[in-house]
Amino acid sequence: MANGATGIGARVKRKEDKRFITGKGKYTDDVRMENQAYAAFVRSPHAHANIKSIDKSAALAMEGVVDVLDGHQLTGDGIGNIICGWAVTSKDGSPMNMGAWSALATQKVRYVGDAVAVVIADTQQLARLAAEAVEVEYEELPAVVKADKSLAKGAPEIHENAPGNLIYDWEIGDEAKADAGLAAAKHITEMEITNNRLSPNPMEPRSAVATYDEAEEHYTLYTTSQNPHVARLVLSAFYNVAPEHKLRVIAPDVGGGFGAKIYIYPEEITCLWASMKTNRSVKWTADRSEAFITDAHGRDHISTAKMGFDENGKITGFKVDTIANLGAYMSLFSSSVPTYLYATLLSGQYDIQNLHANVRAVYTNTVPVDAYRGAGRPEACYLIERMMETAARELGMKPAELRAKNFIREFPHETPVIMTYDSGDFDANLAQAEEAADVAGFPARKAEAAKRGKLRGLGYSCYIEACGIAPSAAVGGLGAGVGLWESAEVRVNPVGTIEILTGSHSHGQGHETTFAQIVAERFDLPIDNVSIVHGDTDKVQFGMGTYGSRSGAVGMSAIVKAMDKVEAKVRKIAAHQLEASEDDIVIEGGEVKVAGTDKALGWHEIGLAAYTAHNLPPEMEPGLKESAFYDPSNFTFPAGTYICEVEVDPETGRTEVVQFTASDDFGTIINPMIVEGQVHGGLAQGIGQAMMEQVIYDDDGQLITGSYMDYTMPRAADLPFYSVHHASTTCPGNPLGMKGCGEAGAIGSPPAVINAITDAIGNNNLSMPATPQNVWNALQAVTASQAAE
Amino acid sequence: MYPTKYHKAASIDDAVKALGAGEEAMILGGGQTLIATMKQHLAAPSDLVDVRSIEGMVGVSLDGDMLVIGGATTHAEVASSKEVQKHTPALARLAGGIGDPAVRHAGTIGGSVANNDPAADYPAALLALGATVVTNQREIGADDFFDGLFTTALDEGEIITAVKFPKVEAAAYAKFAQPASLFALVGVFVAKTADGVRVTVTGAGDEGVFRSEALEVALTADWSEASAKGADVSADGLMSDIHGAAAYRANLIKVMAARAVLAS
Repeated sequence: MANGATGIGARVKRKEDKRFITGKGKYTDDVRMENQAYAAFVRSPHAHANIKSIDKSAALAMEGVVDVLDGHQLTGDGIGNIICGWAVTSKDGSPMNMGAWSALATQKVRYVGDAVAVVIADTQQLARLAAEAVEVEYEELPAVVKADKSLAKGAPEIHENAPGNLIYDWEIGDEAKADAGLAAAKHITEMEITNNRLSPNPMEPRSAVATYDEAEEHYTLYTTSQNPHVARLVLSAFYNVAPEHKLRVIAPDVGGGFGAKIYIYPEEITCLWASMKTNRSVKWTADRSEAFITDAHGRDHISTAKMGFDENGKITGFKVDTIANLGAYMSLFSSSVPTYLYATLLSGQYDIQNLHANVRAVYTNTVPVDAYRGAGRPEACYLIERMMETAARELGMKPAELRAKNFIREFPHETPVIMTYDSGDFDANLAQAEEAADVAGFPARKAEAAKRGKLRGLGYSCYIEACGIAPSAAVGGLGAGVGLWESAEVRVNPVGTIEILTGSHSHGQGHETTFAQIVAERFDLPIDNVSIVHGDTDKVQFGMGTYGSRSGAVGMSAIVKAMDKVEAKVRKIAAHQLEASEDDIVIEGGEVKVAGTDKALGWHEIGLAAYTAHNLPPEMEPGLKESAFYDPSNFTFPAGTYICEVEVDPETGRTEVVQFTASDDFGTIINPMIVEGQVHGGLAQGIGQAMMEQVIYDDDGQLITGSYMDYTMPRAADLPFYSVHHASTTCPGNPLGMKGCGEAGAIGSPPAVINAITDAIGNNNLSMPATPQNVWNALQAVTASQAAE
Repeated sequence: MYPTKYHKAASIDDAVKALGAGEEAMILGGGQTLIATMKQHLAAPSDLVDVRSIEGMVGVSLDGDMLVIGGATTHAEVASSKEVQKHTPALARLAGGIGDPAVRHAGTIGGSVANNDPAADYPAALLALGATVVTNQREIGADDFFDGLFTTALDEGEIITAVKFPKVEAAAYAKFAQPASLFALVGVFVAKTADGVRVTVTGAGDEGVFRSEALEVALTADWSEASAKGADVSADGLMSDIHGAAAYRANLIKVMAARAVLAS
């Protein structure tokens, strides 16, 4: 069944790129409905305020304004509050304190950008002008933006039911054991580590087009979603916008998500409701400024950590205390990010027996924070890998040596923070990366750079992460409100072409190519005979969508299960028609054959036979279409080693990444080119986080970095040519042996970059982003301390 | 964007008339600041008077030893101009380093100078080189032209038709870009002119582009990298923002001055 040109492992060019690079993609904003009106939101300019009154009269008087709607009308119509779908329980057994979040605020606003009302008008420009004409009277309240300050005594209280702004105080691991491990340590490395707040910045801003069909009492929503079925479920079951069977959600081409398009935001809810209120199609598309103040942000942790080592460099204990900023409201999966997606990965690649983490999640007067590429795992990786590198320096050991001393080498391995690693070969990735990065030649390169007045540094990161985000029963036990399986349908048409209907959603990942490759491989058919259908709740039966690097390990596994069923039926039909045993049937070269004979049926003849049903085995149903649901038995665990080499200009603090080497273990790789592209993109985001990106609010809760004039995105010229390699072990948990590759680059790279810079400047006290100014300041501190000695 | 009326002026007279007729009319040079500001609803001109099609507004010429650049000449045109490269190569390099290619192919010298953004590159060049701003009404020396943040000596209805640069003995510009915007976090222009050494700084001053007395003294005494690095540049009066505190900017002024001297 080998299909070398287009099957598993082939560098097939992306089928979807023709429409993308010729400008023929169909995005939500490209949707034009008859009788379409436009929504513009009236947003709070204050970070924290009571709403005293809303005067709509001037806006309503403008010609072309259809209506101005507010939160009292919305809640009056029974539209429910926005929910967080993962219940995290505090260590004292109490449930998390979830504050009410209405799509349009009624009493109080809690961040700059909180929506207060919506204008529906004939044109987008008019809607925006009218939104400015809505007069809202506010009573300003003191605001708090930093997580630690939010917990301080006397901080302004943001939600009535969250005293002290605490959402939960949660722990994992055994504190007594961790304390004992630290007490027994010969050396303790202690660090304060912050993980900078990021804005997701997908190229396509969020958008929604909602249409209400009065006669059918039916709603259609086109929207920028990574998971349209989940959107429909939540919109129906929790927000009461429409019953599920009266709501169709379509996520057409989506231009990047990075997590920000998982959630169901106030705008989509409001557009659906407003389309019913006004009996018009309602379109809303964010501009970039609006994206900065409404797309869920990422990261934003403050942690202290202590790691103890014995005289041989073995870790004796590890203790972490983290405060996570969740913003003004709890977004859909926000609660799980700093808990089950973060602290469960704090064992890293290391055999740590005594580990404890405590996490307090808090409200602040900022944009809600939720999963962003990596979601919790980058925060864990950054913390451990900075600790390991710093500890190695303190212990006078090579960073690779200290890590290797503590590597896990037997699988399955159960960590003290509930993960069971199923496979991996951490030594292999480390060795491959060190060789590719020519670590042996580093001292010479450092000396050469010094002659040019540059400080050269080398930094490691040995990351592990957890993907697929499942099994359903396990995550249900941890508080998830949904199952995290995936579904697929394989539809063989009467002419033999194949449509794959998948619950995964592609927003740049290349599913139309990779998913087709596994079908081409399995049935030995031309890849062009396979098409992928996704992103429409009327077409695909159900699906959990794409995030957590799950489309390969979970989404493709569902396709494999459905293909198993199709193949079984094909064999039965062929055996019946060719008068052979099912065991002798082989599928090869576009034909279904009897092994060792010249008896064969073309693949298209099988399709036709199934649908004409003139000559099928007794009792067999006509047709050739099978569906399957796949629920993984465990998370998958991509891992690897990243090595970063930098040069710092000591006069300006400007840092250049001169070499970046990746060795990843992603399990089976379907399309190496797409996988490399995922790594490249992830590294760009990780280097962006490490050196450039940071959301900054002032003390009053005004967003300082609200545009690309102040929020630094990585540009191509900021990035090196990457050296990307693979040393893989097969994942035992799914039929294709896949682990996932979408987030690894963003997870593994930030500590490698910072470890390289701190190596170059000789100061471990450096926070992300390592902007020129921050690096220069850290260098001044070195100079000052040398002067003091 | 609020509604606005667009005029494509055919002549200076035509432009002046349109500027006078509009309630809050503004000149459109390259639009690289104005259009973005309008999109954010931070500017709301009633009329936009596009001066780019006026005859004589675009192009580079020599008037004796004087380099004359038309007011609507784009940064890309200045950067690639053989005349500019020969007359004052530092100016061509400065223009070639403004923003990104899209900005350089739309933004104009007149627009940049008239806007006088405190982090713009051109003001540093004009002030250091002792350039003259030519308008439809008069000629204004660079020393008298820049007047604080986003403020110039231009009167209402006054249009920059050209900028004239004298030839100098040596000149160079070194910029440290603000990482997000690519505007100058600190840009330093050094020049040996007929009037002596002039060193100007953009991106750093609380009140926009300025001449650094400390660096002029140091480089007059000794035109060298070491001399620039050793100058006593104070952080007083320098901007502090998320990209650079005053002390960091003061350091960058010395470093960029030294690099400019090296390149001169």
